[in-house]
Amino acid sequence: MAVEKKAAASGAANKKTVLVTGAAGALAKRVIARLHGRYNVVAVDFRRKVETDAGIPSYKVEMEKRGFEDIFLNHKIDAVLHIGRIFAHESSRDRRYNANVLGAKKLFELCKKYGVGQVLIHSTYYVYGASAYNPALLDESHPLKASEVTMDLVDSVELESLANIYLWKHPELHITILRPCNVLGPGVRNSMSLLLSHTFTPVLLGFSPMMQFLHVDDMADALVLAFEQNKPGIYNVAPDDYIPYQRAVEECGCKKLPIPGIPPVVPRFMSSLLNWGAFFPPYLINYFKYPVILDGRLFNETFGWKPKRNLNDIFTYYRKTKLSAA
Amino acid sequence: MQIQEVLSLLKNFSAKEEVLRRLVTPEIEALVAKIPKPVGSFGFDAWGYNEDSFKVGLAAFKLLYDHYFRVQVHGLEHIPKNGRVLIIPNHSGQLPMDGVLIGIAAATNPNGPRAARAMIERFFPTVPWLGNLLNSWGGVIGDPVNCVKMLESEEAIIVFPEGVRGSGKLYRDRYKLQRFGNGFMHLAMNQRTPIIPCGVVGCEETMPAIANLAPLAKLLGVPYVPVVPAPFPLPAKVILNFGEPMHFSPVRTEEEVTTRVEQVKAEIQRLINKGLQERTSIY
Repeated sequence: MAVEKKAAASGAANKKTVLVTGAAGALAKRVIARLHGRYNVVAVDFRRKVETDAGIPSYKVEMEKRGFEDIFLNHKIDAVLHIGRIFAHESSRDRRYNANVLGAKKLFELCKKYGVGQVLIHSTYYVYGASAYNPALLDESHPLKASEVTMDLVDSVELESLANIYLWKHPELHITILRPCNVLGPGVRNSMSLLLSHTFTPVLLGFSPMMQFLHVDDMADALVLAFEQNKPGIYNVAPDDYIPYQRAVEECGCKKLPIPGIPPVVPRFMSSLLNWGAFFPPYLINYFKYPVILDGRLFNETFGWKPKRNLNDIFTYYRKTKLSAA
Repeated sequence: MQIQEVLSLLKNFSAKEEVLRRLVTPEIEALVAKIPKPVGSFGFDAWGYNEDSFKVGLAAFKLLYDHYFRVQVHGLEHIPKNGRVLIIPNHSGQLPMDGVLIGIAAATNPNGPRAARAMIERFFPTVPWLGNLLNSWGGVIGDPVNCVKMLESEEAIIVFPEGVRGSGKLYRDRYKLQRFGNGFMHLAMNQRTPIIPCGVVGCEETMPAIANLAPLAKLLGVPYVPVVPAPFPLPAKVILNFGEPMHFSPVRTEEEVTTRVEQVKAEIQRLINKGLQERTSIY
């Protein structure tokens, strides 16, 4: 018994150290909770110094700034889970580009310099771009057309191309890129989650694209699995269950706020006019008009993963929150 | 008292529900239940097909199929009960009525109903309501990625290799097969999918076009604007002849592919001629 305790105490030194970015977010918090104990976790966020459990050092730092390197000097980082990105509704386009693209560049360089053995990038399905001509069940090799849809998503696409360059140029970094579909659940603050939390939710008249949704707990499991199995590459993360957007809105207990879908300037104009930037931004309107459906088989088969929560489990949370607020 | 009764009846009357109840008969329900088509927890697949919507569409068009076009169908036994299959027919009649009728024939096949997916034009998804509606009935834009993914999940697909060349042709060219695209043959070979050739007779007469207003079509951004006697399909009698499954193993050159496409084309021509002989009157 005593021997075991001793082993546990000295284990901290033998355990891998994992740097998790975006630590203030709902997804990163869950990932940290899953890693805690088995790994030494270092939490980082650009927004604030996150309150963490005992034994988890936490920093408020911007990746593109010089102070970021100190973390690598103070801790022997073995792996980086890059979850935090500035969402489009959180900052201006320039600042976002700096943080998300130049920040990532800095991150890759530091990983190289300090011999980090594994980097996991949390991307988004937005990179594929929403278009009327999209086939369904997009493979990972499908062209990334988001920058054709809008300038506001250029940072997402460039972050990926940067990650791809490092993926083949520096195989020792073991880079894995995950492209999840819409992630929802308690605490999640992306555009879709904010949107479905509202009582009145905008929908485009005559357009109800198919969508995929993933519970944030399932996504956290997927991230941890991808980290632990370490099989570098690019993977879609999505369930094989589908629902049209307007039906999802109903299932979440939202009231539909119909706005004309054509000509395309009308919804964009209404979105900017009513300042829906945070939850129905003008540049995302195409995603509420045309589908981006992912084929998640590669990830499922490679990592033996299957989401544990179904669509109804996901929507129940939004329905219940509205009921308890009423 | 009577007025109150009438009022309470009216209060509970829902026109939509009443229509749906009469349209979607137990027979339709039973057919759709037998279709080997996996859907998600809300009844949708990745392309937007929806079981409930399919039932309504099937029920509505079944009425036209039975009473308006009085479709006569042969060779339904050639369509496999399950597993991937490509149904390859000739295309005619300006509107894709032939696709709808083949879809109904496949869905009501007494040997085993199938939800056959028709490839639709690329501009449909940009049309409000109509795009989603066609998707919910099983229509999918004709992208090769879609076809491959659907065949991988063992679906039945209808492809018109003539495309708009076939549907938009004038009445004087009726029953003359236009140039076939080779795409369907590549799908059949690479995805190891049997081809069921199908000869459609009658759809040419539903919308006999005497001319095509090409400049207007260009202006509107549509494939063609036909000059037709009536703005709706005429009640021509339609005869569908499904042929025996054709299997093709992969070949190397495009020339060889074209030769195989010609084999399918010849078989379709034979099925059309058979249908023309069976026909006793046009309307």
